Amino acid sequence: MIEVVNLKKVYGKLTVLDNICETINEGEKVAVIGPSGSGKSTFLRCLNCLEDPTSGSIFFEGKDLADIRVDINLSRRHIGMVFQQFNLFNNKTVLQNVSLAPILVAKQNRRIALRKNIANGFFNLFRKKKAAKLPLQDKKAIKEEATKNAMRLLERIGLADKAGCYPSTLSGGQKQRIAIVRALAMNPKVMLFDEPTSALDPEMVGEVLDLIKQVADEGMTMVIVTHEMGFAREVADRVMFMDKGQIIEQGPPAELFGNPKHPRLVEFLSKVL
Amino acid sequence: MQQKWDVFYEKFITYDGWVTVVDGLKATLQIAVLGLLIGIVLGTLIAAVKVMPKTNIVTKIFSVICDIYVGFFRGTPIVVQLLIGYFVLFPALDVQIEAINAAIVIFGMNSGAYISEIMRSGIQSVDGGQLEAARAVGLSFSVSMIKVVIPQAIKNILPTLGNEFIVLIKETSVASFITVVDLTKAFKDIGSSNYEYIIPYLMLAAIYLVLVMIITLGVKLLERRLARVDRGR
Repeated sequence: MIEVVNLKKVYGKLTVLDNICETINEGEKVAVIGPSGSGKSTFLRCLNCLEDPTSGSIFFEGKDLADIRVDINLSRRHIGMVFQQFNLFNNKTVLQNVSLAPILVAKQNRRIALRKNIANGFFNLFRKKKAAKLPLQDKKAIKEEATKNAMRLLERIGLADKAGCYPSTLSGGQKQRIAIVRALAMNPKVMLFDEPTSALDPEMVGEVLDLIKQVADEGMTMVIVTHEMGFAREVADRVMFMDKGQIIEQGPPAELFGNPKHPRLVEFLSKVL
Repeated sequence: MQQKWDVFYEKFITYDGWVTVVDGLKATLQIAVLGLLIGIVLGTLIAAVKVMPKTNIVTKIFSVICDIYVGFFRGTPIVVQLLIGYFVLFPALDVQIEAINAAIVIFGMNSGAYISEIMRSGIQSVDGGQLEAARAVGLSFSVSMIKVVIPQAIKNILPTLGNEFIVLIKETSVASFITVVDLTKAFKDIGSSNYEYIIPYLMLAAIYLVLVMIITLGVKLLERRLARVDRGR
């Protein structure tokens, strides 16, 4: 589903990602572990081009996201992202946070359809075979549908009563769960998690991990950068260990944790486990 | 004193001096309010250009143009800008424009330069994660800015923006350089008609003071309203 080819990222003289080639298949759950500064977050952020790669390609559904001619916004709508610092929109209520992007995107699509209809209306005057009119969704219906969907998602995580609140009043765990459903509201094909539990109180980690697990069980393709080894072992189909900008070992969690081969991985696991 | 007051009363009420004053007040408010609006729009655009990631040549060129613009308008006095605009630039471009409209445009462009800096600091005070989150759900740079970043930036800079409005309303007192009859000019005319300046000028100062106090109050109320976001509901 995502194919990374020769991905390289350089900041000044520092090489953060060094020629990474990797494929993430549909339905696969990949956990990325490694010491800090190993480039795992940068790797994840390159997957939806939040960081522009210095060179190399990232193919998502056949399109090269690193290519500047590709409309990255269209692709990003199918790639959900969850941040370490939650990054809920502070000026929007919880409900608006979840429904904002779906509403704006649906409205934009409506405008595009409207423009096409007008153009077709003109060109149909000269055509023998008339082009069909594209269906236009009512603006109100767009909003209602997105709001309904957002409420459904909020109910699912048990935060429907917080719909009218602003993010500043919520706990970290609640914020992160809302950030996850915000990404889910776009019906993504892949979800990227950038250390989703690192900024949380230990008490709140469980509720967020439970939600991620639920989403994983529904068959979502996922890439998770995490320090929660237990969680990686439980959820991931494949664990990657990164160090110094390279993926130096990967495999099924049982094998990688049970029988590490690379000395750096052995050293890392001996410290964190 | 009684006599000075009588002289002023005669000019102000009997000879309809107040009509000029009301017109002048209108002109002052027009220049300040419309100028501020133009300034906010211009300033936001310039600030957006300045914070845009400079990845290609076009954004770099825009950035340089904005630098020159801000440099010029911050580097020369507003009076000079008014004179150049009204007596040199507009005639040279063959633009027929009323003095007050010229003043609105020039004051707007002037405050745009200042607001751009205010706005830039406001945008930069918003956590970078906000823009990232908006981009990550597939919104374009401009939509993310308009819907997420700029509303938060405006909340942060509201006190400074109110300050800019106060400065602007006081600066309009030089609009008479290009024949606009503003509040200051109106009172000046009343005073110079009979060489009694004390009452007109004190009154002028009082009116500016009241205007500024009203603005201060308005900004405070607006701030309180926007702060609801931080308190929850």
